[in-house]
Amino acid sequence: MLAVRIAALCLLLACTPAFAQHATGSDVFSGEQAFQNYCANCHGRTGNQIANVDLGHGIFRKPYTDDELMNVVMKGIPGTPMPATPNMSAEQATQIVAYLRSRAQLKDMSAGGDALRGKALFTGKGQCSSCHRVNGDGSRRGPDLSRVGLLRTSDQLATSLLDPDSEVQPNNRSYSVTLQDGTHVDGRLLNRDVFSVQLLDSKEQLRSFVRADLRGEGFIPSPMPSVRGLFDDQELADIVQYLLSLRGSEKK
Amino acid sequence: MRTRLTTLCCAMALASAAASGQVTPEQLLSPDTQPANWLSYSRDYSNQRHSPLDQINASNVANLKLQWVWQAHSLEKFEATPLVVNGVLYTVQAPNDVVALDAVTGRIFWTYSRQPALARTCCGRVNRGLAVLGDTLFMGTVDAHLLAIDAKNGTLLWDAPVADAAAEYSITMPPLVVRDKVYIGTAGGDLGIRGFIAAYDAKTGREVWKFHTIPGPGEAGHETWSGDSWQKGGAGVWNHGAYDPASNLVYFGTGNPAPDWDGHARLGDNLYSDSVVALDADTGRLKWHYQFTPHDELDYDSTQVPVLADIVWQGRPRKTMLWANRNGIMYVLDRVTGKFLLGKPYVEVNWMDGFDARGRPHRVPGIVPSPQGTLVRPHVHGAINWAPPAYSPRTGLFYVAHWEHSGIIAIEGQFPQSVGINTRQTTMGDVTLEPFLNNDDEARGVIRAYDPATLKPRWEYALGNITWGGMLSTAGDVVFGGGKDGYFVALDAKTGKLLWKAALGGQVNAGAMTYAVDGRQYIAIAAGTALFVFSLPQEQ
Repeated sequence: MLAVRIAALCLLLACTPAFAQHATGSDVFSGEQAFQNYCANCHGRTGNQIANVDLGHGIFRKPYTDDELMNVVMKGIPGTPMPATPNMSAEQATQIVAYLRSRAQLKDMSAGGDALRGKALFTGKGQCSSCHRVNGDGSRRGPDLSRVGLLRTSDQLATSLLDPDSEVQPNNRSYSVTLQDGTHVDGRLLNRDVFSVQLLDSKEQLRSFVRADLRGEGFIPSPMPSVRGLFDDQELADIVQYLLSLRGSEKK
Repeated sequence: MRTRLTTLCCAMALASAAASGQVTPEQLLSPDTQPANWLSYSRDYSNQRHSPLDQINASNVANLKLQWVWQAHSLEKFEATPLVVNGVLYTVQAPNDVVALDAVTGRIFWTYSRQPALARTCCGRVNRGLAVLGDTLFMGTVDAHLLAIDAKNGTLLWDAPVADAAAEYSITMPPLVVRDKVYIGTAGGDLGIRGFIAAYDAKTGREVWKFHTIPGPGEAGHETWSGDSWQKGGAGVWNHGAYDPASNLVYFGTGNPAPDWDGHARLGDNLYSDSVVALDADTGRLKWHYQFTPHDELDYDSTQVPVLADIVWQGRPRKTMLWANRNGIMYVLDRVTGKFLLGKPYVEVNWMDGFDARGRPHRVPGIVPSPQGTLVRPHVHGAINWAPPAYSPRTGLFYVAHWEHSGIIAIEGQFPQSVGINTRQTTMGDVTLEPFLNNDDEARGVIRAYDPATLKPRWEYALGNITWGGMLSTAGDVVFGGGKDGYFVALDAKTGKLLWKAALGGQVNAGAMTYAVDGRQYIAIAAGTALFVFSLPQEQ
């Protein structure tokens, strides 16, 4: 029995490096979660907290293969503060490697940006505060961005600005219900179960509906317009820089 | 695209119309204009916990059916009373997470998660509830912060450090909101804090005034503390206050002096511990006080919620304050002047045997903690501890869930020991149904209806065990209560007859509340670690 188990384990380990090279979006997503849980404490949220190491940009102490990187993630580096993580599965380590590899291909979308100019764009030309809220100002229809600089990286922010519908967090998805009288209620989907659905509607009211009473319902595209064509590259960098600067209310 | 812009403009116009928020100061002052909602800890500033809703009444309450349950991800006691604002129910998952639920289905809108710092609390990392103004919820945290949270999306708006958790301050009480201010105090009276009540600007979180419940040097009452004992003399404030609009006074009960069970180091009356203080709501200036237990050595906190009632007193209308105290005495005070009108033991009491003309209790000599131990009644946990009573203006009765025949052995400087066959301590409430078995005539729970004019009981309903649960009264002439045995009961408000009961599988450590959505009335009660909501079956 033990031998079988070891064999199975070896098989699993032998297979896993292939995952890193052919990682799915889901692997990268899970890898990011695992990175934030296991690694970010020491390496920092973007992976650049330790000198000469910038995991977010593919800068390691030496060039590692996927296998070597997995080994480091799971077993640590003896003689250094990098510890082993005994309760991590090989699958999780693979996902972390996939995530780190995906990070290395990204460029810094805030480079050359100016947060003050970005703030002016946010409230002015971009009309962002007609849907988004920052430190108590603006609408609640879209996600509150008061801490978005702690939660998102520059490339994620740029993607959301250019292609708002390409990747929407589950708690920010837009939903529409049609009542029996034909009225449509659109809003941010907060919760949905077999019998009921909960929204923050476009009038900023918390609404709950019994699904059996609805004439129709479903996901709708994000109401956020793309800034493509509205902002040039400099303005995009400015606004990303501004969003990165949002790290919660000053008064803490 | 044009359509989208039009929709956007429309939505913006509506959003700005709603910008003043959904709960106005006027609504808080006149909650009867909002019978479907429950907008503050006790529904109104009088703390009567009486709802004008009457769809559920004495003739149909037996048909109540469970509608939904919300399970808290917390092993702490569930002491919070929810708020309901226009179909959204807000409550606290101990210690300091806030949840917004659909009041009809119990489904979640949002959760605000808070990891409070390690703070020492005497009796659990609990929270008794929220306050609301506009679109903002307010909560005190166990690490002694006051938070403002957006009621629409659970976002933190401001975070005011009220006191230093490292110096044993903590907050478990629901804030009180009047007009533009949020009033809060802190627990920690057993751990040597110096208590206070502070008012904060609801918009900004800025402190407006602070009233120390222990006067400092040069202030009246300072002389009631020997030596430096005032500096760590306790007198915490850890339960909801009351507000009287006519006199513009806020009222708070204060906790025990510290150290709890040895008064030698703090000779004197120890003002304003174990008192009710009436403060000007705008300035925090003390208008009057009444001390229930001068120089307390038995931990008789007076942090019960003050119940304000307009009653007929000796043939004339009088604005009174009713108070069932932990020390075993029930009181009627004039809430405008603070005059002592009546005081009477409502359980077996042996530490006092009467009052002087001004309402100062006469102590029975020798009933103080001693090196060898002294039998003291009531129990250190009190005839009642903090659980909120109710008052019905319809029946004119004061409904109190409390302990009968309780006592302890008070030993100098030590936590008192229980008496009876079961000498282990009962904790300050628990979530389980583990019984507190004792002699049959020792420490049982009762729900009683008292006539405030005489403080005589009109009826009694005996609970199977002691109780930490509060009361709810409704215009359907039904009162609701519960206790440690995990039953939630509906009683006839006039007779005390049991009309309905539900076994909830966990202790009832909170007061019930009621609300309505789309014309349907609901009753909510926390028990164990969950919130249960009942309603009458819908007609098909």
